[in-house]
Amino acid sequence: MNILVCISQVPDTTSKIAFTDGNTKFDTNGVQYIVNPSDEWYALVRALELKEGGGGIVTIITVGNADVDPVIRKALAIGADDAVRINSDAKDSYYVAAQIAEYAKTKSFDLIITGNQTIDFNNAEVGGMIAELIGWDYITPCNKLEVNGNVCKIESEVAGSTRVLEAPTPLVISAAKGMAEARIPNMRGIMAARTKPITVVEPAAVSPQVKINVFELPPAKAGVKMIDPENMDELVKLLHTEAKVI
Amino acid sequence: MSVLVFVEAANGKIKKAGFEGVTYAKNTADQLSNSVTAIVFGNADAAEVSSLGEYGATKVLHAKGDVFNNLDAGAFTSAVAAAVEKENADVIIFPFDNSGKAIAPRLSAKLKAGLVSGALSYPTTSGGFKVKKNVFSGKAIAEVEITTAKKIIAFTPNSVGAHKASGSASVEDFAPSVNASKIKLLEVKKQEGDIPLPEAELVVSAGRGMKGPENWAPVEELAKVLGAATACSRPVADAHWRPHHEHVGQTGIAIRPNLYIAIGISGAIQHLAGVNQSKVIVVINNDAEAPFFKAADYGVLGDAFQIVPKLVEAVKKFKASQN
Ligand SMILES: Cc1cc2nc3c(=O)[nH]c(=O)nc-3n(C[C@H](O)[C@H](O)[C@H](O)COP(=O)(O)OP(=O)(O)OC[C@H]3O[C@@H](n4cnc5c(N)ncnc54)[C@H](O)[C@@H]3O)c2cc1C
Ligand SMILES: Nc1ncnc2c1ncn2[C@@H]1O[C@H](COP(=O)(O)O)[C@@H](O)[C@H]1O
Repeated sequence: MNILVCISQVPDTTSKIAFTDGNTKFDTNGVQYIVNPSDEWYALVRALELKEGGGGIVTIITVGNADVDPVIRKALAIGADDAVRINSDAKDSYYVAAQIAEYAKTKSFDLIITGNQTIDFNNAEVGGMIAELIGWDYITPCNKLEVNGNVCKIESEVAGSTRVLEAPTPLVISAAKGMAEARIPNMRGIMAARTKPITVVEPAAVSPQVKINVFELPPAKAGVKMIDPENMDELVKLLHTEAKVI
Repeated sequence: MSVLVFVEAANGKIKKAGFEGVTYAKNTADQLSNSVTAIVFGNADAAEVSSLGEYGATKVLHAKGDVFNNLDAGAFTSAVAAAVEKENADVIIFPFDNSGKAIAPRLSAKLKAGLVSGALSYPTTSGGFKVKKNVFSGKAIAEVEITTAKKIIAFTPNSVGAHKASGSASVEDFAPSVNASKIKLLEVKKQEGDIPLPEAELVVSAGRGMKGPENWAPVEELAKVLGAATACSRPVADAHWRPHHEHVGQTGIAIRPNLYIAIGISGAIQHLAGVNQSKVIVVINNDAEAPFFKAADYGVLGDAFQIVPKLVEAVKKFKASQN
């Protein structure tokens, strides 16, 4: 299997979310970056397991400028064979997907795996766009993946049920919880990652389709109303008459 | 011109998000002096389909064909694209649920139509077409402008609600030509629990404070008497105390119910990321310092093993008084 795993750099889950320049830019001051959890924990690790089981190559790709190299090294340390960086800001999902699709068209991947959603922009868009742009089938979310020859067997959990699907490669899938267990890179992996190649590719000319004008913070909560633990009738009454949710 | 809205039906009924989608489309169409066409997939009886008219659709295309049985996103994308052309639609609305996530991005790339996913409110259309959406897992909101001629919005379910307008819709069958699918649906396994978590209006959730899977009976009973779905924190799912489809949060699923009751959950930022959009949050925890209280509307400080059974009784009493 020749697998391409799309990884995205995102702020660490505990980052303070603030904005600058009249709330038009994310404030990167003091922010630590990580590989987007579903890309790392599910997409990358499952790709590595498939390679370990049946051979092949796992390539990671990211659209970003040189700032993202440390995060690429982390993914290499977990075990990816090589890395491609499309040398540009990620302008919007379409831009990112188009860059990845352009690159993938020049190679012969069997499987492209994305995370199901980034934790910064929460779009869940890139995977489907790549699939359309290269004309492959797309399955999301993918909670379990087995590969047998060129046939993928996938479990996809949607509201209330699990769908068991079968699809031939080439295929784009988006990885979600259940696909694999997170791995911690070991010393050997970290050492090896230092010398693995990162191929830098200049971006294709693509026009973005959306732009973020301004950010705002959600309205603050009014504050918690504490209820006497002996008086659950009171809580039920408030949920009915005040909150009007039951 | 028209606004096209993607609607799903199952077992004869239109899904809840379908009515909300038509409501969303109606508001958008009114701003643009357009009309609403709904494209319905799945089996629904005639009365259900035409009831979309009451929410503002003037036309309904009922898509038919075996090709949709395999739930192949590509087939749906081709069908919606055919409807966009037929109806000369310039705005297309999807729910931001699993179907929307599978189809809207494909359609966006196919039609070169800018997409905003996770919209929280109606768009504004004067001085640029702008939509507000969640970013950073609910910790911020971004105003996104779509700069292409055709536009797609995937709205967050349970954000604008379904509202009746007056009117009626004409219904026609729609059988676009769509390529055969290479994807095969082998089986659909139903998950345990009656109410799917992503669609639930009421959710009872519990965390490591419950100490072990053998202690979940009161949590389940509370869910049952309320008619709520059950959820859990990540360590609980990781330890296999609960099925992992119940895991909510940044790395599980994000939900937006009207009521979220959190029992023995500390309220770590990654957990809150999946539930902070809930309309009302109740926290039951024996540690006054638990961060979850800061995000709560109502808090109960004490031992869940004492409190939850009392709450079950109080809900039962309330339900009895309502009948
Ligand atoms: C990258 C990343 C992603 C993550 N994603 C998620 C995610 O998606 N979802 C998620 O949930 N977590 C996630 N986590 C984990 C998260 O940080 C917390 O560790 C987790 O949410 C804690 O679960 P908990 O509240 O059940 O357990 P704990 O933090 O152990 O809290 C248990 C709580 O129960 C209370 N308690 C104990 N006994 C009782 C009692 N008898 N009565 C009442 N209360 C009691 C305690 O006071 C405590 O507040 C993520 C972490 C990382 C690093
Ligand atoms: N800049 C990027 N470079 C490479 N892959 C990306 C990038 N942004 C997003 N992705 C991939 O697309 C998935 C979905 O992202 P999103 O559509 O932004 O929620 C992520 O989990 C990644 O796998």
